[in-house]
Amino acid sequence: MIRHRLVIIGGGSAGMAAAVKAYELGEKDILILEKNNYLGGILNQCIHNGFGLHEFKEELTGPEFMSRFSKQVNELGIKYRLNANVLSISKDKVVTYSSEEDGLVEVQADAIILTTGCYERNAGAIQIAGDRPVGVYTAGQAQLYLNCYGYLVGKKVFILGSGDIGLIMARRMTLEGAKVLGVAELMPYSAGLNRNIVQCLQDFNIPLYLSHTVKEVRGKNRVEKVIIAEVDEKMQFIPGTEMEFDCDTLLLSVGLIPNNDLFNSLGIKFSKTRGAVVNQDMETEIPGIFSAGNVLHVHDLVDYVVSEAREAAVGAVKYLNNSTKHAGFAYEIKQGFGIGYVVPQVLNIDDASEKVSFKFRVAKPFKDIVINIKEGERLLKKIIKPAIVPSEMEIVYLPKELFQKEDHTITVSVEERK
Amino acid sequence: MRELICINCPRGCRLKVDDDLNVTGNFCPRGVIYAKNELTHPVRTLTSTVKVQSTLERRLPVKSSEPLPKEKVFDAVKELDAVTVKVPVHIGDVVIENVSGTGVNIVATKNIEK
Amino acid sequence: MFDVIVVGAGCVGALTARKLSSYQLNVLVIEKENDVGNATSMANSAIVHSGYDPVPGTLKAKFNVLGNKMYPELCRDLDVHFEQIGSLTVALYDEQIPMLKELAERSKQNGVEVKLLSKEEVLEMEPNISPDVKGALLAPSAGIVNPFTLVVHAMENAVDHGVELHLNEEVKEIKSLQEGFEVITSKGKYQTKVLINCAGIYGDKIHSLIEPIDYNIRARKGQYFVLDHYAKGLVNHVIFPLPSEKGKGILVSPTTSGNYIVGPSSEWSDDKDLVSCDKPTLDNVRAQAQAMVPSIPFNQVIRIFAGNRPTPSTHDFVIGTAKQYPNFINASGIESPGLVSSPAIAEYIVETYVSKVLTLVKKDSWSGKVRPRVHLNELSESERNALIKKDHHFGRIICNCEKVTYGEILDELSRSVPPHSVKALKKRTRAGFGKCQGGFCQPLVIQILAEHYGVMFSDINYDKLGSEICKYSTKGEEK
Repeated sequence: MIRHRLVIIGGGSAGMAAAVKAYELGEKDILILEKNNYLGGILNQCIHNGFGLHEFKEELTGPEFMSRFSKQVNELGIKYRLNANVLSISKDKVVTYSSEEDGLVEVQADAIILTTGCYERNAGAIQIAGDRPVGVYTAGQAQLYLNCYGYLVGKKVFILGSGDIGLIMARRMTLEGAKVLGVAELMPYSAGLNRNIVQCLQDFNIPLYLSHTVKEVRGKNRVEKVIIAEVDEKMQFIPGTEMEFDCDTLLLSVGLIPNNDLFNSLGIKFSKTRGAVVNQDMETEIPGIFSAGNVLHVHDLVDYVVSEAREAAVGAVKYLNNSTKHAGFAYEIKQGFGIGYVVPQVLNIDDASEKVSFKFRVAKPFKDIVINIKEGERLLKKIIKPAIVPSEMEIVYLPKELFQKEDHTITVSVEERK
Repeated sequence: MRELICINCPRGCRLKVDDDLNVTGNFCPRGVIYAKNELTHPVRTLTSTVKVQSTLERRLPVKSSEPLPKEKVFDAVKELDAVTVKVPVHIGDVVIENVSGTGVNIVATKNIEK
Repeated sequence: MFDVIVVGAGCVGALTARKLSSYQLNVLVIEKENDVGNATSMANSAIVHSGYDPVPGTLKAKFNVLGNKMYPELCRDLDVHFEQIGSLTVALYDEQIPMLKELAERSKQNGVEVKLLSKEEVLEMEPNISPDVKGALLAPSAGIVNPFTLVVHAMENAVDHGVELHLNEEVKEIKSLQEGFEVITSKGKYQTKVLINCAGIYGDKIHSLIEPIDYNIRARKGQYFVLDHYAKGLVNHVIFPLPSEKGKGILVSPTTSGNYIVGPSSEWSDDKDLVSCDKPTLDNVRAQAQAMVPSIPFNQVIRIFAGNRPTPSTHDFVIGTAKQYPNFINASGIESPGLVSSPAIAEYIVETYVSKVLTLVKKDSWSGKVRPRVHLNELSESERNALIKKDHHFGRIICNCEKVTYGEILDELSRSVPPHSVKALKKRTRAGFGKCQGGFCQPLVIQILAEHYGVMFSDINYDKLGSEICKYSTKGEEK
């Protein structure tokens, strides 16, 4: 059996960033396993700009952003296998992959970082009523066909969901000659960034219908019509609010789901994010197995994916050097009022670095609030926010010495200001 | 008083601009520039693709090296349609000089070797 | 002149063609869809029923019981995934216990082995069944099958033995000749001595092309949920409620691919091609299923779909010859339990009706077996490595969710009933059947199909002709 100290599964931005960081920390025996025949993952098809403002202090496109990391991986001589599809991970850290060149290979790892990203919620998952014609695609699928293959999946397009990929695709398809008729969003607020509402919809006079969703798709062979309707607070259709759009395509931008197939068979615990329950090192319940990036929780910015992957790399190297105790005082981190989720869910304070990161999203939009992070009843940090929306992930770094080991529960919650 | 959402970064600051082009609500100085541009001569960065003669890829992603006047975006896109790039091509290589007479170049955003 | 033309390549048509291919006959199969098994045979519960339910004395009862006995060997020969997991028909109220006993009595008349189970026995076998359960009828001979590969492999077997298959061709007219028929299609004219109508939901229409008929076949739609693999052990048998006049009711069952299926509803549809889903119906399906199995993880639904049952006004399968023509044979209106009955129907119509018109001489060279497929998950690591060394394509995974390799896809493309569309490939290999529903593998699949057929990426259809996925090239390119 082949051995590697650190095996990283997935060679996208998270995987590459973790590899580079681990290498810089002195861990040279790394293997990245990537299923595609290129590094960089999904960023290859994200040809729009807006990446890298935190990381590089400049605005890059997806391919530019990821090429900076692939260049580093290549320059450092970090080993990677392309077209290498991981079939399974075992509890004792045997990673089995398949590739044309290598066959079926078992790799004994000392530590594993899972960075397999996410996949798009699709028509099956959201159970849209109506006919089952051709012409219903996820936005990312249409993005790949357009940006990498040079094909439009349709010419008259309606978009369900105001996620950023959907908004970006509204602009892309318009620029390539399609007519985008509108975007419907189930919630009363957009799931995408404000800047994308402006530059992808408003610039092209594409209407956004909030509190609306698709009621029915019509069409025998190909999509002919999409019927949307308004929903009330209980998400029930309001009769008489139907609108019909003659179109040949329905794009779905209705969310991303962490791609945790490889963790399913390990029987580890998952959190509300549909990613693994992790500690401050992005380490799962199984010591030495880590998870970072969109497979852990869906991020809004790749810059944050990269920084989280580095936290996992720091944790992995610490583990490999036997510096992780997995003992001492442990906190359970809970989401309180108004909070959708918090990562990590466990904090072993004695193993923590000088700064501990908390990443969270609110469950719904708020205005004029305070976010409180408390150890038991003691306030650790107070963050004042004039406005906050679920589409933005928040990161807070707390110095280690703030934690007093008095109460095992840390709660992040929203407090509305009178 | 005009209200704008800054599109410079994902933060999306809500800007207020008065009649004398005084800007408030911005987190960073780029917001001021954005608001002034948006109300006098709005500009946008264009990202798109061009055809490429490659054995690996059918499209090369490109961008405008600087933001273009907003009203020139569709003209620039039309110019992109006519271009076929030869390989190898690298990030930053100029694909079109002075696109649509804007003085801005269109540059490659991906390396394609063959 | 053909000896036999079979109209329709669903499970009945394909298995009939296979049976005919064992004799020295010149056979043509005409199918209007872009793949075999693309209508009722594709969208159903995929259950091999035991046969306790049909009314004794009906064709449904007869062929169900006969067909069930044929399945183990049939699926072995055709290399089709079949598991005899048994079915449980559950009583949730005390009043239903007498009905269970009635069903047990009916089973005896139909010649089906069953066993009445107490509440405790049921819950021991199926801990996720509602604690309200009062008892159940166990039918050990019921099973689950992969209906997609059943039809494909049956037709492959037929084509391997000389049967001709025309896809995308619709029968428009049938004229009676001195000896046989002239069949006029959307593409040409053919003469045949015998015509077998296996046109499923359009069986009445095909029959009426030759003589007036006094029955019709209506579409009775069934809507389903498909759940992802994760919920292992949710149920281990096919779980039925007690049947009603509307049918067998909403079942919960594992599938051969390790998913779970929940459905079907039952509602009349005026459009035979319409397979739409609607929320109120699906909500009802969900509620009824939850009454039997409360813990069904509906948050793990990866797909909803609908299929149409070809329900004849005669309340039984339409099997026999046309009134005026002993060489025009109908095998249509094959609604549930059609999948299980189909091999028995195929054998019956060939031996009973075709044999009266044509002399049936066995082919010495005939074998009912198809060229075996590679089952990667059944191979040991070293066997798998040996295979990849021999053909490296088996090392490359195309579909991540279902772990389908390039080698398996190429193998399907090399066979005698190859897939022409993304969906046809999906039915054969499961590429694109998983939780991402082809989000990642579809471009690769299109590329493989385009390369294989020497056509453009933009020419590849999702399903029927005219369902191209990447229809429009950008930048003013022709394709």
